[in-house]
Amino acid sequence: MSLFQYDFMIRALIGALVIGLTAPALGIYLVQRRMSLIGDGIGHVALTGVGVGLLLNRSPVVMAVIVAAVAAVAIELIRERGRTSGDVALAMLFYGGIAGGVMLVGLSGSRSNANLMAYLFGSLTTTSPQDLVVIVVLAVVVLVTMITLRPALFAISHDEEYARVSGLPVRALNLLLAVTTAVTVTIAMRAVGLLLISALMVVPVATAQLFTRGFLGTMLSAMGLGLLASGSGVWLAGTANTALGATIVILAIGLFLVVAVGVALRRALGRRRAVPGSAHQLEPCDVVLGTAPRTAPDTSDPAADPAPDPVADPVADPAAPRKGGASADGARPVGILRKG
Amino acid sequence: MTDSVVSVEHGVVAYDDRPVLRDVSLRVTTGEVVAVLGANGSGKSTLIRAVLGLVPLSAGTVTLFDTPQRRFRQWSRIGYVPQRIGAGSGVPATVAEVVASGRLARRGVLRPPGSADRTAVAEALSAVGLSDRAGDPVGTLSGGQQQRTLIARALAGQPELLILDEPTAGVDSASQDAFAEALRGFVAGGGTVLLVAHELGPLSALITRAVVVHHGEIAHDGAVPEPAGHHAAPGHEHVHPHAPEESVGMWGG
Repeated sequence: MSLFQYDFMIRALIGALVIGLTAPALGIYLVQRRMSLIGDGIGHVALTGVGVGLLLNRSPVVMAVIVAAVAAVAIELIRERGRTSGDVALAMLFYGGIAGGVMLVGLSGSRSNANLMAYLFGSLTTTSPQDLVVIVVLAVVVLVTMITLRPALFAISHDEEYARVSGLPVRALNLLLAVTTAVTVTIAMRAVGLLLISALMVVPVATAQLFTRGFLGTMLSAMGLGLLASGSGVWLAGTANTALGATIVILAIGLFLVVAVGVALRRALGRRRAVPGSAHQLEPCDVVLGTAPRTAPDTSDPAADPAPDPVADPVADPAAPRKGGASADGARPVGILRKG
Repeated sequence: MTDSVVSVEHGVVAYDDRPVLRDVSLRVTTGEVVAVLGANGSGKSTLIRAVLGLVPLSAGTVTLFDTPQRRFRQWSRIGYVPQRIGAGSGVPATVAEVVASGRLARRGVLRPPGSADRTAVAEALSAVGLSDRAGDPVGTLSGGQQQRTLIARALAGQPELLILDEPTAGVDSASQDAFAEALRGFVAGGGTVLLVAHELGPLSALITRAVVVHHGEIAHDGAVPEPAGHHAAPGHEHVHPHAPEESVGMWGG
């Protein structure tokens, strides 16, 4: 392909693919603990690091990694304390970070505006081979960490209290996640820019969970989707001469819309076929309704909890358990709120 | 000779200077099934959270397996069943994935799961009767089945002591029976149980001792007390709707 006869386009492609793969692998944990926007906040603070680097004539990427990591640790410590004032502290940190960054970048020299745009919205095509090496090495470290520690990181993100009672080093794992988030934000800033990083961490995960059933499946699908969006983004941006970071993000969101429509259509079609849903769309019948023969071999054993076979069992209507009325099930919410 | 599994001596817990537990002492020995009873807000949940170290004591001591709680590290000996599944999120997780996290206390953070882990997860799922739902997203399960998933998660770690926080609150009767069955198996295997309950239901036959917490103090310690008032009425369905019907997500149908 003629587009990739230029070295800088090859570098852009490698950088984009590496980030497209890594960002969702980390982002899934952030989404799971409802901190989708934390990458955005850390991105704001990383800009100060960029400013410091430019001002001191040091590598902006390295300085951004350091400043963002310090900020991420601070954010994690604020989150751990769980105070309401933490919200305001975070706001201070984020806006202080971006304001400081803009000031420092401005102080650093004549090309400050171009520099600022490059970091805010990405500039993968101007990535030097040295930068690319840093990006690839850090991305591999993040990726390996996210994959090998998946059970533990899943546990702390899914139920932190339980993880603590399991004796897991919850604080160390939280700090590790915070620092790897900072690292990912900083390496991704070259591709999509500080203001668009969260998109690459969150959107592929949001897309994947439209059609997946488990955590591992969501993680792998999100990584695949990230790869697809960033790869096709480089090609499209090169062909149509559009901004690379924005193109990748638009494609990722486009993928989300396509998948969302596809899933909705499939469900609508499934319903029209008059098959009363498939097993995973039903709450199982917790009571023996006695209106139809059951296919489950032993209904007398409640432990067996016969999940109704949707095709063979004509009472397997989603509303049926509630109409049954014989148990407390009808009044019972799907999830109960924790009481104080 | 029985060994002390849990021992609380003169425990005091206060949230922002408001005392929730005042001078509580409790001892659980091997093989006991102790129910902590009490009204909402009596401090019964706080008591077991203090035992687990999830809330700090402002006075008194907690000892687990003869080790002061601060120095206690053998968490794989304890299986904790919280009141409900953690905050939850949009990211789906299968029943087997949630149950597998119960193995972490035993396995540690770095070791990848092996065949012993898979066997333990499968056994725990079968003990609560959820083997056929292993691959389903937890979010699509009924409340009772979600609660059984949490019990399976605790059982998967093969603990010696199970600590349960209102395991049957708002749970349908089929799940309550399945749950009592799983607990019976655990006790038969020599396990010790400390559970907080609002009402005992099918569990009452299992309980060896009841502790009633009232206004942050132990008001009764001994046999299971007879229910009073309308709770005692035959056919009393003790159900508290805790929340409006929650959306169960994309697959909820």
